[in-house]
Amino acid sequence: MSNAYASVSTKAPEIPWNKHFRQKKGIADWVTDIVIWAIIALTCFVVIYPLWFVIIASVSDQAKVAAGDVTLIPLGLNFAGYKKVFANTSIWQGYWNTIVYSVLGTALNLAVTLPGAFALSRREFKPRRVMLFLLTFTMYFAGGMIPNYLLYKDLGLLDNMWVFILPGAVSVWNLIIARSFFETSIPEDLHDAAQIDGLSYIGYFFKIVLPLSSAIIAVIGLYYFVGHWNDYFTGLLYVTSAKKQPLQVVLQNILLANKANVFENARNAIENQHIAEQIKYGVIIVSTMPLLVIYPFLQKYFNKGVMIGAVKG
Amino acid sequence: MSQSTTMKTTGDTDQAKPSIGARLARHFQKYWQLWVLVAPTLGFVGLFAYVPMWGLQLAFRDFTPGAGLTGGKFVGLKYFHQYFTAPMFTETIINTVRVSLGTLVLGFIFPIILALLINQIGSKGVKGFVQTLTYMPHFISIVVVVSLINIFLSPDSGLIGRFIGDSSMLDNPNLFAPIYWISEVWQHCGWNAIIYLAALSSVDLSLYEAAKMDGAGRLQLIRYVDLPTIMPTCVILLIMNMGSVLSVGFEKVFLMQNTMNLPASEVISTYTYKLGLLGYQYSYGTAIGLFNTLVNFAFLLLANFIASRASETSIF
Repeated sequence: MSNAYASVSTKAPEIPWNKHFRQKKGIADWVTDIVIWAIIALTCFVVIYPLWFVIIASVSDQAKVAAGDVTLIPLGLNFAGYKKVFANTSIWQGYWNTIVYSVLGTALNLAVTLPGAFALSRREFKPRRVMLFLLTFTMYFAGGMIPNYLLYKDLGLLDNMWVFILPGAVSVWNLIIARSFFETSIPEDLHDAAQIDGLSYIGYFFKIVLPLSSAIIAVIGLYYFVGHWNDYFTGLLYVTSAKKQPLQVVLQNILLANKANVFENARNAIENQHIAEQIKYGVIIVSTMPLLVIYPFLQKYFNKGVMIGAVKG
Repeated sequence: MSQSTTMKTTGDTDQAKPSIGARLARHFQKYWQLWVLVAPTLGFVGLFAYVPMWGLQLAFRDFTPGAGLTGGKFVGLKYFHQYFTAPMFTETIINTVRVSLGTLVLGFIFPIILALLINQIGSKGVKGFVQTLTYMPHFISIVVVVSLINIFLSPDSGLIGRFIGDSSMLDNPNLFAPIYWISEVWQHCGWNAIIYLAALSSVDLSLYEAAKMDGAGRLQLIRYVDLPTIMPTCVILLIMNMGSVLSVGFEKVFLMQNTMNLPASEVISTYTYKLGLLGYQYSYGTAIGLFNTLVNFAFLLLANFIASRASETSIF
């Protein structure tokens, strides 16, 4: 590498006027290029392979999967696992619960967070400093597992579907991201103009600010939705009825379940186990796909959202 | 009303300040709509964050079923003493620190490397594709990530596990923390690289040109232009993460736990869950949780202090 570095540096002063000089690559740069591309390709492979494996394993002959023959493409196409997954009522119940909790939860999240963030973004609103301090404090200091549990118990939230929706109504982190967005991305001139037109704060927020905020609504909406969709903790700690459990808890129960007991239709032990394995793969795919399909469409907003959060955090 | 007179002398408006009541009335008349907009936020945070904080006094009291959140007889530091002298005390602390410190260090280094590499990609389309791909694991639930770990480490059919031995790698206490760290990096590396990529996009292009004129190759550009650009971001994130030295995600450790790896995997939060919630020792569990929160808070204050000192000294 030091050789090539020397060759570049000796050439450089000779032809500074040559416009092709800038495109010129030394051997070290070629090697660097190849190494960089190799590492990026390897990273992509490592990231994507586990999911790819689950996809191909979910539609392969389980005897071949168990033998380790299935590595890159599905072998012996077999959709029995998916048939079982789609026929399983507890999975559908969990799926439906998760959709209800995620949609209602995200709707409440946005309905509470956005107006709150807007009010806290108004500089003339003096009490906002104290409010922001009290809100931020909760990010670092919390009652913890047991006081939360006892509170939910007192409020009648135990084994109640609202425990998935109400306690997490505001994430202070998302609130701060949204507030920063309102402060930096909505021109103050608009507020002056709105005042001249006689718009109140509420009118200004709904008629002018919200229509300009689709980027931040998309970002924090997705953050909240993903949080609800992947929530396992709440179901584990606070909910006991199987009928109310969200997808993640049902999923975990299936993944842990005693292989022989779950699905009684299979004829013998090995086939039974194979079916159980294939159901695992299938249910992982079925539960994960919705998010993996949604998020690339919102990706263009991420950089902005993360950046705003980081600047203010 | 002495307050209002001092306000009058220091006030910057020409009009005399009316009484506090009148000023409050004026404030609400002007801003009542903002209060309405922020009220739900304050209500939810007050109820679900501050009421449990009020309930922390349970750590110093015996739990009596009728008394609810705030507990019964005051017992002082009894439950803290119980934890500090418990055989599990050192074990849970060491396990927590081991799991979180490794996550902190690896989770700090790898996103930086990945961001520097992705930044080297010239084509916008390829860059976007690689980013989309590497973000993906961030959206997968912990339940699924842990099941992936189990699938790949399974001793008979797992693509990694079958080369290792007859028992699952997850059963080995020595491997528990490394498996946790690596899976964390796998899941969050791409996502955490976003912030560095955003910082890198602000590099002044003339810096590259100037460096190239001086004969810098690709590696030198990374070393002398890219790295210094993101260094302030790196330092801030590292210091901020120091505040979580004594906290690990409960869910993931809990899901990765089994009876074999328990000596390495019993962390403070899982111990609190088992003893406090499952074992109905509410006061004891609250005390452990409070201790954990206080240590984290102390680390955060320390990190904040260092951060403010560092940013003062690093200003040119």
